[in-house]
Amino acid sequence: MGTTTNYSIAGDKTQDLNITQKLGLTLASISLFILLLTWFTGLTLTPSWFYLSILLLGFSAGPVIYAVGTYKGLPAGIKNNGVYFNSLTNRGALGWIGAIILTLFYVCLYWYGDWFGDGTGAKGANEGTVALFDPLSQMIRGKSADKWFLYGTFYTVAIVFLGTKFLFKYRKNRYHFIRTVVVMFSQLGLAYILPFVLEGLNATSGGYYSLNPVNSWPLNSDFLTGYRIDARIAPESQPMGVAYMVWGIILFLIITPFVTYLVGKRWYCSWFCGCGGLAETAGDNFRHLSDKSLKAWKIERWLVHSVMVFVMLMTIAVMYSYFAKSEFKLMMYFPAWVGYSLLFGFLGLAVLLFLFLYFKGKGKSRNFMLVGAVIGMVMILSMLFSYLGNDSQAFGINSNTIKKGYGFFIGAIFSGIVGVGFYPLLGNRVWCRFGCPMAGYMGIIQRFKSRFRITTNGGQCISCGNCSTYCEQGIDVRAYAQKGQNIVRAACVGCGVCTSVCPRGVLKLENGPEEGRVNDNPIIIGHDEHPTLRR
Amino acid sequence: MEHVVIIGNGVAGVTAARHIRKESDKRITIISSESKYFFSRTALMYVYMGHMPFEDIQPYESHFWKKNRIDLVEDYVDEVDFDSKTLHLLQTPPIHYDQLILATGSKPNKFGWKGQDYQGVQGLYSKKDLDLMERNTRGIKEAVLVGGGLIGVEMAEMLLSRNINVTFLILEKTFWGNVLPKSDGDFVTQHLKRHHGLTLLFEEELDEIIPDDSKRVKEIKTKSGKIIPCQFVGLCAGVSPNVDFLKNTELEIERGILVNTDLSTNQKDVYAIGDCAQFRTPIGKRAPIEQVWYTGRMMGETVAQTIVGNKMNYKPSHWFNSAKFFDLEFQTYGWVWSKRKENESSFVWQDSKEEILLHFVFDENSKLFKGVNSFGLRLRHELFDKWLTEKATIQHVLKNLKIANFDPEFFKSFEKRIVEAFNQEFNETVALAPTKWWRKLLLDKV
Repeated sequence: MGTTTNYSIAGDKTQDLNITQKLGLTLASISLFILLLTWFTGLTLTPSWFYLSILLLGFSAGPVIYAVGTYKGLPAGIKNNGVYFNSLTNRGALGWIGAIILTLFYVCLYWYGDWFGDGTGAKGANEGTVALFDPLSQMIRGKSADKWFLYGTFYTVAIVFLGTKFLFKYRKNRYHFIRTVVVMFSQLGLAYILPFVLEGLNATSGGYYSLNPVNSWPLNSDFLTGYRIDARIAPESQPMGVAYMVWGIILFLIITPFVTYLVGKRWYCSWFCGCGGLAETAGDNFRHLSDKSLKAWKIERWLVHSVMVFVMLMTIAVMYSYFAKSEFKLMMYFPAWVGYSLLFGFLGLAVLLFLFLYFKGKGKSRNFMLVGAVIGMVMILSMLFSYLGNDSQAFGINSNTIKKGYGFFIGAIFSGIVGVGFYPLLGNRVWCRFGCPMAGYMGIIQRFKSRFRITTNGGQCISCGNCSTYCEQGIDVRAYAQKGQNIVRAACVGCGVCTSVCPRGVLKLENGPEEGRVNDNPIIIGHDEHPTLRR
Repeated sequence: MEHVVIIGNGVAGVTAARHIRKESDKRITIISSESKYFFSRTALMYVYMGHMPFEDIQPYESHFWKKNRIDLVEDYVDEVDFDSKTLHLLQTPPIHYDQLILATGSKPNKFGWKGQDYQGVQGLYSKKDLDLMERNTRGIKEAVLVGGGLIGVEMAEMLLSRNINVTFLILEKTFWGNVLPKSDGDFVTQHLKRHHGLTLLFEEELDEIIPDDSKRVKEIKTKSGKIIPCQFVGLCAGVSPNVDFLKNTELEIERGILVNTDLSTNQKDVYAIGDCAQFRTPIGKRAPIEQVWYTGRMMGETVAQTIVGNKMNYKPSHWFNSAKFFDLEFQTYGWVWSKRKENESSFVWQDSKEEILLHFVFDENSKLFKGVNSFGLRLRHELFDKWLTEKATIQHVLKNLKIANFDPEFFKSFEKRIVEAFNQEFNETVALAPTKWWRKLLLDKV
């Protein structure tokens, strides 16, 4: 008895490679070699445009050719054969090696940019890996590359070409097609080309602020820090600076809650977001590695909402300190008391929102909305205390210190190293599930005030568990589906893969009336006479 | 405290246990020799294909059983003494029950084929069968499957995922011919043929399994004299109730354990549910033995009510079922018989490009909707169940087909063409009720 049978020994047969797959892997390996060579030796290969072309060709065409070799000739459908027999996707040796290399890549990116040759040459010229990117950077933005340009390029190549692989894998599925094309466009057009082109046009000559229009606060936790506000309102940054400022505020204050109300947080998480985009494309092969246990769900709820509260607290503290300065650039437009009013007003709005969700929401977890309201009120009181005491810091904390701490622990270690580096170990949505403050914000709206749900198709569920296994957010979808219950969960990013892998057509992502959306005592259709199911 | 003992931890037994616990404090014990924890039998194939690890096909985490005070005994029941209400097990001391629920499931049919017990010949029903199949198929190249039903298709998909070529012997003229109408069976056949490595032989029967020197299957001979080399034979000619250990007792058994409409047997305080139960009087047009996931679950729900004191008869609602043939999804609601009944009319629509077929059956005169088979298109169970209850007409069903569509968002819509084809074929004037996407986004109350 027990489960000692090893299903993977014969299963290894599925790993036989065909010639097309070998070609794809060869191209990708050459690229990997160039990357590792320049990274580890600091060698500056010339001509750089030549090696850059090879590097990008291998990383872009390689995976696509590999996917063609894998799926060609097969009817459209679910292609998960051997996922749990494959060393890369089953936390085997390849998975470990991949995770370690990715993690080291992030460590170097954040703290050891020199290793990539970022400005290490004479007069700050680039060497090594970064030097390869100089021609592309010159072309797009008219100046030399740096490690962030290198990272942005790799990131975009990953989304666009592994997205193409994803399209091929799920072909004939129009939901995945449209969603993936949008996420590819969002990364390539809005997050990569647009900011760099604007940068080339000196859009940020007065200082730096994020030019990526889909990078919304609170994910973009720096959005409201003083120096970014100053950069946006500097006369030389106009008209783009103020436009970005206004757009950013509309995005988190109006668009995000309204669209999340209509369609759920998926519009952001699996359609427009860069982190989500990478998870859906490059991370697709690791989606089943997310932890589905009840324990993981508990950790998730504490962690993601703590980070969210922390970002809000930090943002307000930073802005408070900004207004508390005797002179600040925004003074040209409005004095400090307006700024303070905005902060109090914003917190008050948040408290009202929590109270609203508490009274309107359904289910036990709405009690957490009361906790949110209390936290908000404590923050208001605390800030009032600082204000009346003429304190230059809100909440008695040094906003610069906590901002640095956030950048290190959350920005670099959580979202970068754990979030992406650990794809092959913990799954592709660790950051989105446990850390992202934007996901936390939208998740609350999605859970308590939204028209989005995953509908269960009556009594057709056979409890097979494909939906739960392939849920990248670790939602135990089956637990709801087998009871005939709608899935209304804060974490759901609406990727739609559960509906695709369901062999019995049970799940459907839907927007609809709020009435009856949360059905805690569902009826399993097909046995309606049954009293416990009728109640 | 009363002790309810359940033999078998499949969906029927476990559902019964869960519902008894919801309504009572009785002591509950589930005995199984198959596996410690409940798993989804229908998902065994995904373990073999590497889609899921075995742990993932278990719907409940291990702390669930403790929390719900359901004791699990991993042992084989050797003998049941109905007079003293005692179960004799192979390893564990005897267990006394106050109420006994038999949910012992099925076993693959073996029709006395010559050579059916050689190594490499097996059916697929239990976890043990899966483990055996894993061992039996290691490193092999060719397999033969006998019998063209759902388990056969599952086994074919499993074997192909390991690059093992499959020859499928199908007794009938068309695929799953005792259940699907010819048009539907042919449609499934077309889909199966798209998969490389699969050979379908219709109207072929197994005659003999021929072994090599080590008594392992080497080839098979069909009734028409064809010799097919293979290292594995899958027996998929249906399943029958797993009741051998109960034979020669006072318990009344025919093919399955005979039960009344309240699922009671001829022994006091003994009930039988799921695959192993056989109704003395069949319910409606249903078969006396229903070997389906959903009916097992519903019988579990029903018997739990009786056990906790709300005596209840098994009264399933309208028939429904689903399956997947490789990449082709199938759903059915109501009755679509393989051979059309008297006064029944049918409307079959097939798309010219996509793999989609809908087969509606309705009354020739009254136009009452009777049932639908749907391939490649998902339909809403709730609505079809409602329409069958309300005795809706075929025109009403087709008119509202758009809201009955359960395909994911943005999928191509075929309703307009379906209704046009119906109007043309039956000289009708059904107008499709429109649904607007923006209404759905902003306004609709369903």
